[in-house]
Amino acid sequence: MSVDSSTVRRVAKLARLRLAEGDVAGLEAELNKILGWIDQLQAVDTDGVEPLAAVIPTRAPWRADQVTDGNCREAILANAPASAHGFFAVPKVIE
Amino acid sequence: MTDLTDLSLVAMRDGLKARRFSARELVAAHVAAIEAARPLNAFITETPELALAAADAADAALAAGTAGPLAGIPIGIKDLFATEGVRTTAASRILDNFTPPYESDVTRRLKAAGAASLGKLNLDEFAMGSSNETSAFGPVLSPWRLPGSNAPLVPGGSSGGSSAAVAARLVAAATGTDTGGSIRQPAAFCGIAGIKPTYGRCSRWGIIAFASSLDQAGVLARSTADCALMLEAMAGHDPRDSTSLAAPVPRWSETLSGNLAGRKVGIPREYRLDGMDPVLDRLWQEGARWLADAGATIVDVTLPHTAHALPTYYIIAPAEASSNLARYDGVRFGARHVPEGGSLVDMYEETRGQGFGAEVRRRIMIGTYVLSAGYYDAYYLKAQKVRALIAQDFMRAFESCDLLLTPTAPTGAFTPGAKSDDPIAMYLNDVFTVPSSLAGLPAMSVPAGLDAAGLPLGLQVIGRPLDEAGVFDACLALEQAAGFAARPDRWW
Repeated sequence: MSVDSSTVRRVAKLARLRLAEGDVAGLEAELNKILGWIDQLQAVDTDGVEPLAAVIPTRAPWRADQVTDGNCREAILANAPASAHGFFAVPKVIE
Repeated sequence: MTDLTDLSLVAMRDGLKARRFSARELVAAHVAAIEAARPLNAFITETPELALAAADAADAALAAGTAGPLAGIPIGIKDLFATEGVRTTAASRILDNFTPPYESDVTRRLKAAGAASLGKLNLDEFAMGSSNETSAFGPVLSPWRLPGSNAPLVPGGSSGGSSAAVAARLVAAATGTDTGGSIRQPAAFCGIAGIKPTYGRCSRWGIIAFASSLDQAGVLARSTADCALMLEAMAGHDPRDSTSLAAPVPRWSETLSGNLAGRKVGIPREYRLDGMDPVLDRLWQEGARWLADAGATIVDVTLPHTAHALPTYYIIAPAEASSNLARYDGVRFGARHVPEGGSLVDMYEETRGQGFGAEVRRRIMIGTYVLSAGYYDAYYLKAQKVRALIAQDFMRAFESCDLLLTPTAPTGAFTPGAKSDDPIAMYLNDVFTVPSSLAGLPAMSVPAGLDAAGLPLGLQVIGRPLDEAGVFDACLALEQAAGFAARPDRWW
């Protein structure tokens, strides 16, 4: 599988990454090289193999249904690039 | 008195306990060493005042008999661990002046044990790299140089600030994180020891996420015993990380023994690569003899899917990274860039486009592509299946042996820029470390010798899940037999 420049732009859009127009050709070449290299996996016989998501088999733990966080709005907003009225502030989304 | 910065962590602890020197003297000596070593660029943020305050608290605790196991020990923290009130960057511009209002579980434990952190250590941006060249705060230089040369060398990565600082005697030990080799490879490059414990031994809570199914905290230090003592203080169950293991933490430093009688050590034949450096190959065989001399039985084993580990890793790690790094959007923390009159989506794209460096952008692109509609099964699911086969290989090998011995990295340190234009050449640094990461196994590198150019080479010991004790024992046996005493000449 190989990618073309329109795929590079589409993936960048999905990833919300602004690419400079001059970056597209370079990324296209790099991605094709890396994807060509990882394509060798297609030759591995994985019929009947369960995909591995957790290396050390453990059951997802349960915890008591209790509030363990909160009352720290100021501490959280302290790192926000912009805040107003106790909320994160962003450019207007609704006209 | 010998230079306090030359002592091992264990010797520092013993000297403090016997009151041969104070924690303030010890920490002040390291503060001075750090000030003199700025050309290495090992630290992103130095915290000498906090370290001296911790030293005074340690002196008081030592006098009162209430000192913790690491009271007054000078350490460094990879700048991927959130530290309350101290800027945490992940070596990325996108985090800007992020100052966590909370402390990572690992650093909380180290503080509680009395350790004095001298600051936050440089790394590859978001821990993505093998040479510490992708940091937004500039590359770290290795304290090592080729004999008779002034040319710089890379310290390895991504924990390159950690390896450089420990090797240059700026700290006794440092935290690292290892996703595919980021503790073991820089340890090998800098002639020191480094352990990545079993996945889940250390809590990931408060560690800036790269690839969550692989990320694991560990230690870089100058000896096996130092690593054992430091790891004891870092490990332990944490309910805030659902993959944290609820297993008791053994006192590895107390059971440590270089006697390997009754242990079987496997040599995986697939790790003997075509065109392997003959010096490294000889060192590996010598390492097997050293372990045999320590009482171990050496057996040949096979890990048939080894060759597929790197491509598997370079699907899974970028996929998880693209998901984890979605949180950097300019809304809640870090940098924000909005074009004039721009929309919310413009803000996301501009912030991320400007905030992430080239390697991080490249991996986000790969990860987004392999997870995108139509490619998920072909890439991501396929990689998870091959990952299962790689893990099964290890479990089969451990039916006929207790530990595995391999090289840590295919070469010694290289010069900055040598592999920057070829991502795959850079990724190949991790060929021996990635398989055990994919399987979540404890693995450790110890310095074992020098390459033909005079630079350190490491050997790696891999153990069964939760058998850090066995890994430490074998590494101690290697350390004792190798008698590795080479150290970088001070040029900085």
